[in-house]
Parts: sequence; structure tokens; C-alpha cells
Amino acid sequence: MLQHYGPQLINLLAAVLLLLAFAMLSQRRILSLINLFAAQGLVLFLATALVAALTGQSHLYWSAGLTLALKVMLLPWILHRLIRRLNVKWDVETLLNIPTTMLAGIVLVILAFNLAAPISQLAGTVTRSTLGIAMASVLLSFLMMITRSKAVPQVVGFLAMENGLFFAATAAVYGMPMVVELGVALDVLVASLILGVFLFQIRERFDSVDTRHLEKLKEH
Amino acid sequence: MNLAGAAAQFTELMLALLLAPLLTGWVNQCRAWLQNRSAPGLLQPYRVLAKLFDKEVVLAHNASPLFRTAPYLIFGCLALAAAIVPTLATGLPLNAAADAIALVGLLALARFFIALAGMDVGTAFGTLGARREMMVGFLAEPALLMVLFTASLISQSSSLSTIVDALGHREFAIYPSMAFAGVAFTMVSLAENARIPVDNPATHLELTMIHEAMVLEYSGRHLAMIEWAASLKLFVYSCIGLALFFPFGIAQGGDWLGIVLALPGLLVKLALGGAALALIEMMSAKMRIFRAPEFLGTAFLLAVLAMLVHVLLEG
Repeated sequence: MLQHYGPQLINLLAAVLLLLAFAMLSQRRILSLINLFAAQGLVLFLATALVAALTGQSHLYWSAGLTLALKVMLLPWILHRLIRRLNVKWDVETLLNIPTTMLAGIVLVILAFNLAAPISQLAGTVTRSTLGIAMASVLLSFLMMITRSKAVPQVVGFLAMENGLFFAATAAVYGMPMVVELGVALDVLVASLILGVFLFQIRERFDSVDTRHLEKLKEH
Repeated sequence: MNLAGAAAQFTELMLALLLAPLLTGWVNQCRAWLQNRSAPGLLQPYRVLAKLFDKEVVLAHNASPLFRTAPYLIFGCLALAAAIVPTLATGLPLNAAADAIALVGLLALARFFIALAGMDVGTAFGTLGARREMMVGFLAEPALLMVLFTASLISQSSSLSTIVDALGHREFAIYPSMAFAGVAFTMVSLAENARIPVDNPATHLELTMIHEAMVLEYSGRHLAMIEWAASLKLFVYSCIGLALFFPFGIAQGGDWLGIVLALPGLLVKLALGGAALALIEMMSAKMRIFRAPEFLGTAFLLAVLAMLVHVLLEG
């Protein structure tokens, strides 16, 4: 039963991951953005656990547990606390033209699918066809970081990019070695803490967390 | 064309004509319950239709013959569409009359006539409604086509009847692309049936209305035809959705036992779908008309993604 429907379920979860990446790209509210990020973490946890169950790779259970603890619980909690203390909980960002951004996203997805096609033919894993989706969600998070001007969405974009990378590793070679994975997880955690401190500094200096202020060299 | 097939086809068409107002009534009732109002009776749409057929027609002085014929043309288009969509059985005589693309064309023809009729008398409201309807239509149609293309890619045919056969009678499999297509189709049908995020079906005098603005000048039996056609449109869209995403329990060919067995399934599916529609309408707020392109653009992109995901994951 699991052996039969397992790969199909992984494909479904990969598709949901892509859907969530697009939802994050077009989401205006910061609070919903963080909830979407947590949902993406949950999907990633399910996919990793499923791959672990299908292939019997026990270290994947560890990384699935790590994903659940870090990306579904800890990081969203830190982000929620951050926006509460920065007082930007109900901030709405004026995005430039959502349809254009989405079109750019579609182009990126096609690019990623084309790039991944030759690689996934070489791979022998059950998850090889999802590699394109993993690459697409990395690129989409990257696009999100570029198009946002507020600092908190940029941080969320950075964290979502790590989600995509993690999924790519699972899809292509059943996850990275445990040492690397722990290192990356710690890096992301520390990065989000440092970025939190950084955001407070930006706000203190400019009275807002809009990173466009950083582009000016001189004070007027 | 054999006699049994023709009889089955006739049953299906009659059922669609009779059930369509009931579906509208059911959705209205669910909406009223969710809004904590006391609900109108389930048969209210039939009473409204009977009342309208009984009233005399009041025509504007400068109404052209087009204004008088348009309700019948619109009703005819939608009745034909209802006969083409497989609701109870596949492989019926009219199923071959149009594939999915021609079906979209048929729905577009109905839209074309209602927009022309809206502009015919020359009131400001009618023109405004017609323009908005055409805008929503030209954005929704490509998305609907993309959804149908995704289903066609999976089942290797653009005929709805064959799609239902292929999807409903094969071994159960999970199609991620159909999840995307399902979300896109829901968004398109909300827009096409003048439902809440795009248009409000419960208003008659509001600057934001689309469908109601076009039919303001109609009265009597003409209005009855248009209202009935609107119910039929909701029915047709629900049945396309059921055929694409829940094609289980639909009989094959003119198999009478299968058709009788398919009827309770159809009723249950429609009841659940109507309740879900009422729930979606309850939970979302009407958006500004200028947000509609964004909404429908998202639907189109989701449908394109569905095709891409199909090529990548299921190819």
C-alpha cells in the first residue's frame, strides 16, 4: 500500500510545496506570510518523513524531526515574537504588480524544470521527479527576497529558500550527511537571530523596517 | 443514434433543467444558515420562476428584436451545454456534439448575447455591466481552457465524456496536477457564476454589480428565462467540476440501471458542492472590480502550473 501510493503522495506534497511558494510570493500581509512559512515547513516534514518510511533511511527521520522542531515551531515562534515587538504585525506591503511577479515566477518554474530534467534522469531515487519542484521553490523564494522591500518578508524569503534547498537534497540524494544538516540548521537559526537584532537596529536608525532606506548613501 | 441513448440523453437534459433551480435554492439556503438568517424555502427559485412567467413583459421603447430573442438564445446555449456535460452517464448522443473546447465556446456565446442585450437598451447600468462581464470573461476563459487541457493531457482526449471515462474507471491514482487545476477551476467558477469575491448575486442596486446590472431592463418571462439560465450555468459549472475532479459513479453509455444508481450519487455530490460554495462565499469579502484581474490571473497561473506539474511529475 505505502510502496504503491508513497511516491504519488510525495509528488502531491511536492506540488503543495510549490503552491505554497507561489502563495508566499503573492501574499501581502506579514502575519499570513509567516503562517505560510510554517505550513511549508509542515509539508517539508511530511515529505521527509514519507521518504524515510519508503526508503528505510533512518537518518532521514532525524532530519524530519529537526524540520518539525525548527521550521514548524521554533522559527515561526521567533518570527511572531519579532513582528510583535517590532510592531509590524498588521503591516501590509504594497507590492509592485502581483500578476507580473507571478508571470516571472512561472518563467522561473519552467527554467527550473528544464534544468532539473537531465539531472533527474541520472538519479535513481524514488523522489527524482520532484527535483525540479525543489529547484523551482528555491528560485521562487529568491524572487520573493528580490521583490520585497520590507525586512521581515526578506527574512522569511531567506528561510523559505533554505526549505527549498533542504527538499532538493532529499529529492536528489536522500538528504545530506547529518553533520551538514545540523550545521545548516544551526546556521539558519543563528542567522534568523542575528537578522532579528539587525532589524531592531534598522528600525532604530530609520524608524521603519523598509530596506530601501539602506540604499541611500548620504543622509538628507 | 439508438433509441435508448436518445432517451437517456433526454432524461439527463430534463433532469438538468429541473434540478438547476433547486441547486440555486440550496446554495441560497446554506448561505442564509451560515449568516444566521432564517432561510428561504428550498423551492423559492421555482416560485420566483412561476411568478415571473405569469407577469407581463414590459419593454423599453427602443428595445431591438435582439433584446427580445437574447433570453431564449442564452437559455438554449446553456441547456445544450447542460446536455453535453456528462452528469449521469457518458457516451450519450450529444456528448459527441462538442468537446471541452467547443463547450467553452458555447458558454462564451451565451455571455456574448447577454452582454449585447445589456447594451441594447442603452442605459448606463447595462453598458457598465456588459463591459465588466466581458472583462471577467476574457480573463476567466483562458484559465478554464487550461484546466480542461490539463485533464485532457491526463486522459489523452478533449472530449468530456472520454475524460470522465478515463479518470473515473481506472485504478485510483493521485494526480498532483489535478489539485492545482481544482483550485484554479474553483476560482474561475466563482467569477463566472457572479459569486462573492467577484460579484454579489444578492444585490440588485449597487454600483459594483456585474450580472444584475446587465439584466436590469428585463421583466416577465424574459427575466424568468435569464434567471433560469443563470441557475443552469451554476449547474453546468458544478457538473463540469464534478466530472473532472470527482468522476466516480457515473454510468457508461445508455445503461439504465447505472443511470438510476448514478442519480443519488449526483444529488449527494451537488449538495456537498453547493454547501462548499456557500461556505467559500461566506468566508471571503467582495473585492474591488480592479482586483478581479489579479484574482483571475492567479487562477490562470495555477492552471498553467497544473500543466507544468503534469509534464514534470506524471509524464
